Amino acid sequence: MPARTTEESKKSQILAALEDQDTTVTMDDPLENEMVLNMGPQHPATHGVLRLLVRLDGETVTAVVPELGYLHRGYEKIAENSGYHEFIPHTDRLDYLSPLSNNVAYVLAVEKLIGIEVPKRAQFIRVLCCEMARVASHLVATGSMAMDVGALTVLLWTFREREKLLDIYDVLCGARFTTSYARIGGLQQDWTPQCTAMLNQFLEEFKQDLDEVEKLLETNRIFIDRCENVGWISKEDAIGLGLTGPILRAAGVPRDLRRDNPYLVYNEFDFNVITLTESDALARFYVRIAEMKESAKILRQALDRMPEGPVHAQEPKKVLPKKERIYSRMEELIHDFMLINSGINPPVGEIYHGIESSKGELGFTIVSDGTGHPWRMKIRSPSMTNLSALPLMLKGGMISDIVAVIGSIDPVMGEADK
Amino acid sequence: MNQLIIDRLQAQFPSSIRGSEEFRGDLTVTVRTADIVAVAKFLKEDPALAFDMIIDICGVDRLRDTERFEVVYTLYSLAHKQYLRLKVLASEETPVVPSVTAVWPGANWHERETFDMFGIKFSGHPDLRRLYMPEEFEYHPLRKDFPLMGIPDSLPLPRR
Amino acid sequence: MALETLQRDGFLTARLDDVINWARKNSLWPMPMGISCCAIEMMATASPRFDISRFGSEVMRFTPRQCDVMIVAGTVTYKMSKVVRKIYDQMPDPKWVISMGACASSGGMFRSYSVVQGIDQFLPVDVFVAGCPPRPENLLHALIELQKKVATERTVGSLLHREPLYIPERPQEIEASKSANAGNGAGAAL
Repeated sequence: MPARTTEESKKSQILAALEDQDTTVTMDDPLENEMVLNMGPQHPATHGVLRLLVRLDGETVTAVVPELGYLHRGYEKIAENSGYHEFIPHTDRLDYLSPLSNNVAYVLAVEKLIGIEVPKRAQFIRVLCCEMARVASHLVATGSMAMDVGALTVLLWTFREREKLLDIYDVLCGARFTTSYARIGGLQQDWTPQCTAMLNQFLEEFKQDLDEVEKLLETNRIFIDRCENVGWISKEDAIGLGLTGPILRAAGVPRDLRRDNPYLVYNEFDFNVITLTESDALARFYVRIAEMKESAKILRQALDRMPEGPVHAQEPKKVLPKKERIYSRMEELIHDFMLINSGINPPVGEIYHGIESSKGELGFTIVSDGTGHPWRMKIRSPSMTNLSALPLMLKGGMISDIVAVIGSIDPVMGEADK
Repeated sequence: MNQLIIDRLQAQFPSSIRGSEEFRGDLTVTVRTADIVAVAKFLKEDPALAFDMIIDICGVDRLRDTERFEVVYTLYSLAHKQYLRLKVLASEETPVVPSVTAVWPGANWHERETFDMFGIKFSGHPDLRRLYMPEEFEYHPLRKDFPLMGIPDSLPLPRR
Repeated sequence: MALETLQRDGFLTARLDDVINWARKNSLWPMPMGISCCAIEMMATASPRFDISRFGSEVMRFTPRQCDVMIVAGTVTYKMSKVVRKIYDQMPDPKWVISMGACASSGGMFRSYSVVQGIDQFLPVDVFVAGCPPRPENLLHALIELQKKVATERTVGSLLHREPLYIPERPQEIEASKSANAGNGAGAAL
């Protein structure tokens, strides 16, 4: 174990890393000094607790070193000590802007490990959940990015739209926000006609409201000036760094897991993968707006085509039975007892499964040793990988670009810090 | 496609592949630790394989007597839309693995996280320091001998 | 009754404490220490549907120097605790703390090596809000409870050195003031 650094050699490693980065500033600096600015973890525009150490030459950024870990809650250690069912509420709090899609991602990974398949109706409802979560998350992302560059109204309008979606979650899952809706082998409860009516109404009003937001921003001289050519990253760098999600698609790579490695029933839907080539903050903003429209298309198709049927897989040894059967039948009582006590006991092995969440590829690597607790669970969080592109994107920009770039990357620190 | 990967790897590196297995459609190839950089470069540059994206690097603590740690690389090929998992083993006495940041720049932060959580050092890494825990933290949390609630007084708390 | 005297005489009388407390409790500007998921619900409380500004919390100033109440929303880790304490110390008196959510109040569902099991280990908290995350109505209820607490303060007495402030901030200062007042015999017991 390394010894504690003494008071004399107190120079912290992150500062050393910041001063180590080579810079491209070649102009003569009459003041001949550079400043290290701390955009600390508590900041209105850092989308959570992200600390940035910025080396500045006047207003020009010469180097940036991000520091994470201010929200590191120890998810992976908690996963090693809890059963597979017990971890579902924890997945809500990963990307807390779109909790339904995290639930679905985790449950899909566990189902791949066990090797069961859920019925069609459950898959359609899961698609509805993922797309609603994507719309909710992109609403906050566009709202906060616009708020960060100064357009406060947009945030209030997008939050108004989001409240309609949260009402649907309320009726469907019982909770507005941290839903814990998906279960291993199915869902918590079925989709109701009331939810269909609410979603229909939302979809009718959504197009018009999104057009209002777009009209505010798309020809707005100030917004375009602040976001155009800001935070540019090349296609090769984006692929090499492993970026995923709207950032990669705005850089010209048409990678979308719903199309490339389809999961659930996405191969039955008709939607476009939005790809732009400018790869700056403005392009990412447009990608998100267009993705919301595509998600609305998918929602419409899924709602129209949803089949009838059960929402739980018929696998008594692995899937929690329904509550009313537990209280009235012996077999289900025994199964429930065994599942809660000793866990689902999947086969020994390891898998990886990723889905296209709103931020990028959210994946779970689960190493199972045959008992009820996973031996190792690794969460592949898209926000952490996307944040590693910050130093490249910000070099040579101005201070005010930092905020626009972070807004366009849209990190969620609950996911990045695990 | 899985069979093609194994065949080409066996043909190119006959002595470096220690084993492979397939489970639920995922292929896992175990590679000798010293050769990981060469294998990675081959996997990235060979046009039939073209694994150009590094998705994830994680460590696993197997608590075996020999070669306690594993480092698992998850790769993705944009051209062939295929995942691959590479594994290398590291022992407890000298947990050193060559770094693949020269092949995929995105491995930088993932390797820092593995170092933070397990204490596995990556030789050739440009900037190996902790990612999540504070710099002065002395332990490696995800090892199996570190308790869930932590070691008392290992992290400072401000006074009330 | 007060309105009659106002109409008749053109003035009304009240205790100075009541007036000060009325002004303070109806204009509590929050300092949003938004850390994780509860921060989104706090933003939703500020959004048009649940509108926190009708309770006087018109602006969420992100600088501590202009705020009255710090709403700690989210899981506080050991790494972050130093930062939270620093921001709290920068707020001018009188200040209050609302601990929003299960994570801030007690560590929540994260019983692990890096999460502080309750911010009251390093901050004096006035109102705890339960929930994971608490609904915006819940946060508004907490704000109303805090307003009731602010209404019971006594500031005039402390200004005239009769009674100490109702929350002792630093134990050593209380000791110092006790020993200073012991000579006069006028210091009230704590």
